[in-house]
Amino acid sequence: MSTVTCPECAAEIKLEEGTEVGEIIVCPDCGVDLEVIALEPAAVQLAPREEEDWGE
Amino acid sequence: MQQKLKIGVLYSRVRVEEKWIFGAMEKRGIDYDRLDDRRIHFDLNNPVPWQEFDAVLERSLSYTSGLYATRMLNAFGVPTVNSASVAEICGDKLMTSAALARDGIPQPHTATAFTPEAALEAIEAFGYPVVLKPVVGSWGRLLAKINDRDAAEAVLEHKSTLGSVQHSVFYIQEYIEKPGRDIRVVVIGDRVLTAMYRKSEHWITNTARGGEGELCPLTPDIEDLSFRAAQSVGRGVLAVDLVEHPERGLIVNEINHTMEFHTMQPLSGIDIAGEIVDYVVSIASKEYVS
Repeated sequence: MSTVTCPECAAEIKLEEGTEVGEIIVCPDCGVDLEVIALEPAAVQLAPREEEDWGE
Repeated sequence: MQQKLKIGVLYSRVRVEEKWIFGAMEKRGIDYDRLDDRRIHFDLNNPVPWQEFDAVLERSLSYTSGLYATRMLNAFGVPTVNSASVAEICGDKLMTSAALARDGIPQPHTATAFTPEAALEAIEAFGYPVVLKPVVGSWGRLLAKINDRDAAEAVLEHKSTLGSVQHSVFYIQEYIEKPGRDIRVVVIGDRVLTAMYRKSEHWITNTARGGEGELCPLTPDIEDLSFRAAQSVGRGVLAVDLVEHPERGLIVNEINHTMEFHTMQPLSGIDIAGEIVDYVVSIASKEYVS
């Protein structure tokens, strides 16, 4: 199972099986939204902030 | 023999809906590309790479990116779900209201104005409370319930001073005392698939704002109104939001063209992702005459 480090609080986060690039995960320690940007090896970055025209 | 279809899925984030859609594509053995809307670019002199797609499913989070991408694709002759013209209408509340008004489909009493002064006049003519909504926006963002003239003046001034130009298109609606819920109906092509209540103590019942979902039986009235609303905006993959007006009964509140269905799919037991993919395939293979 891949592990990543939260860029905000340095927590170690285990990625669940079936996680995909482009998925958003929430850091269980600090609660920040992270975007999965790669899987092998796994990497995350802070997810972009919600924009005004985002939605359904 | 027909050549194998190639489908594109334009997306911003892999939400659970996108995972289900990708899964449905793979289950059907469909040749598809994932197109991240932050990384794509269009060369207007070279449409060929895009014309390899028989259809593109648009799932962008950004209304603007999704709209312009589908405009480009449609200009290149690539069908999209939804089409740029459906996105144009559904992504802009005023365009939706105009389409519904044209077709005589019941909706909340709505007015629009382009200056704070004219908006105030329109609001006073409605009587309080009223609701002010941005014409573009979702998930219940920046909705304002205006209870009196003081609030109206303040919000109008804030919108015209702090907002983008678009916030000076004032979209004014009657405030509806709905029974703590609205109804979301999924319509794909000409088929009304399923409906759910979205319940909330708050006047904004959006599930993105914490509203809860509960299955709603598809009555002939719900089916008929949702079908007509979907036709009115040009049909496609749509979530029609209905409100139960205390005096007028069922009316159409808004129509979403890149719907989320993470609550709806498990609740209804209907494979909405699969239905979407089948519809995209029917568009790609030109089975669906639009």
